[in-house]
Amino acid sequence: MTESFAANRLQSSGAYALELDGVARHFGALVALSGINMRIAAGERRAVLGSNGAGKTTLFNAVTGDFLPTSGRIRFFGEDITDLPPHERIRRGLRRTYQISQLFKGLSVLDSIFLACRGVSRRRFSLLRPAITDVNMVQAESILNAVHLEAYRDTLVATLSHGQQRQLEIALALAGAPRFILFDEPAAGLSPTERRDLVAILNALPKHIGYIIIEHDLDVALRVSEYVSMMHNGRLFKEGTPQEIEADPEVQEIYLGGKHG
Amino acid sequence: MSLAIATNVTPQQNWLERLGAGHIILAVALVLYPLVASDFFLTQIGGYSLIFGMLGLSLMLLAGYGGMVSLAQITVAGIAAYAIAILGSNNSNVLGFGWPWWLAVPFALLSAALASALIGWISVRTEGIYTIMITLAIATATYYFAQQNYAIFNGHSGYAGIRAPAFWGIGWRDARPFYYLCLGLAVLSYAAVLYGSRSTFGMTLQAIRDNPRRMRALGYHVTAHKVFAWALAGIIAGLAGVLLVWFNGRVSPGTIGVDAAIDVLIIAVIGGLRHPIGPFLGAVVVVLMQTFAIDIVGAERFNTLIGMVFLVIVFVSPDGILGLWGRIKPHLAQESLRPGQ
Ligand SMILES: Nc1ncnc2c1ncn2[C@@H]1O[C@H](COP(=O)(O)OP(=O)(O)O)[C@@H](O)[C@H]1O
Ligand SMILES: [Mg+2]
Repeated sequence: MTESFAANRLQSSGAYALELDGVARHFGALVALSGINMRIAAGERRAVLGSNGAGKTTLFNAVTGDFLPTSGRIRFFGEDITDLPPHERIRRGLRRTYQISQLFKGLSVLDSIFLACRGVSRRRFSLLRPAITDVNMVQAESILNAVHLEAYRDTLVATLSHGQQRQLEIALALAGAPRFILFDEPAAGLSPTERRDLVAILNALPKHIGYIIIEHDLDVALRVSEYVSMMHNGRLFKEGTPQEIEADPEVQEIYLGGKHG
Repeated sequence: MSLAIATNVTPQQNWLERLGAGHIILAVALVLYPLVASDFFLTQIGGYSLIFGMLGLSLMLLAGYGGMVSLAQITVAGIAAYAIAILGSNNSNVLGFGWPWWLAVPFALLSAALASALIGWISVRTEGIYTIMITLAIATATYYFAQQNYAIFNGHSGYAGIRAPAFWGIGWRDARPFYYLCLGLAVLSYAAVLYGSRSTFGMTLQAIRDNPRRMRALGYHVTAHKVFAWALAGIIAGLAGVLLVWFNGRVSPGTIGVDAAIDVLIIAVIGGLRHPIGPFLGAVVVVLMQTFAIDIVGAERFNTLIGMVFLVIVFVSPDGILGLWGRIKPHLAQESLRPGQ
């Protein structure tokens, strides 16, 4: 498998949103990620499953540059982004959410989303107050509505409930014309209603926006993705449609145990 | 932020209401202060409080909005002060280009902004207590360098004989004009910081304080934003430095010593870092104490007294005097500050 990817290395093209070749990440002696080869077509929606500590979040950190990979190359729409700092990757259309919400507790909900829109546009250093009619403010308002937080427009982020904070996490990733999004367990800790909202939001995304979603619940994964990758001990060990994965005996044994069998 | 002034802004308010009762009362009191104050109270108390309030404000901008606590604000002010001495005229026969004030001041502010940006660029890799340590190291190093360098800083004696400008028929070092000059520049700095806190850049700074990692994941070059904040803070500290050297007529390494650096931190913390008015409140308290407490308790015990007041205020209210004010404010608001119907 590694060899075939190595052979294909030079054939990369813009048709892939994301290409990972031999990506590894070590924390001291701990190998959190090793030999990850992955190709995701533009607009593809992929679920990544795996037990806790499998290396899923580390994979996201390597792609966004939060932590650089120890070895391997990463291409985004054909461009090698392995050595780019995080903000440069984001400006190329990559977005992410965090498993543990990373928000601005001293800002209002609308201002947070506004900053998310402004981050990939111009006038990031403007010393003027943004007008209500500012293009990024208008975008922020419409994202606010899309994630159903309009009632909390001027609320301080620190006072939001867990579910609302998770929605804001998603809002921040939707801002500013994303091309590809990494969702890190967006459904964790959500109520059934909030989960339904989440599935609706994901399914309502424009078709050209691809994503990877880390999701423990195979039923949720089935409804928001066409393809599933399984991770275990820092390696990708199986790929297939949700139905194939659910039926695979090896997957049953390693990951799902008796839960789904 | 719960504050007595300029809160609850709604679109239907007119500009007078939006300014807030607190701001209007304060402004009127400050403008009328010279009618009751002696020259000593105008300059040694009024002018000094405003100057040190501006130094505290430059720290508040970095610490309150940016989460970066600096001990090098007096160093930056000192660089502006030295620039005024060197670019303008002095009687030390070392350097002195004799530039007019309107040319020297912009260059002094520019040097302060650049020096501050450089200090920021060096220290933004650090966080929390380490930022305090590295800026203290920079402040100390600058102090010793100024003391030992004769070619530029004229060693331990520094520069004397620096004159404040005189124009429009006014000598700006005279008590009243100097007080109004300090007041004008302090109000300008205060208003700029207050307005800027809600600007795009102000919001990015507060967001970086709260979560730099997320700001990177939104496309922001976090280091560049921090360094820009240092440059802006440097302009305010530089303005304070210009006023300081005009007032004292001299600048020497003593101006930028470690004790002065710590004074600025104490002023900002005593006053409160959550709102730009805080450092000015802190400055009034510290300047009053420095002026009068020495007579009462003596010079040796004076630092003990300052230290104790500092401890008590931080202990009772982590948000400084502003925090105390916030606690009594609910009663005040009900009784007198409520807008009439
Ligand atoms: N910053 C870090 N320092 C040290 N070890 C880490 C760090 N981040 C993750 N790990 C380790 O890497 C492994 C994979 O973690 P992670 O990617 O968070 O797993 P998952 O998201 O699949 O639950 C775990 O053993 C975890 O303890
Ligand atoms: Mg994880």
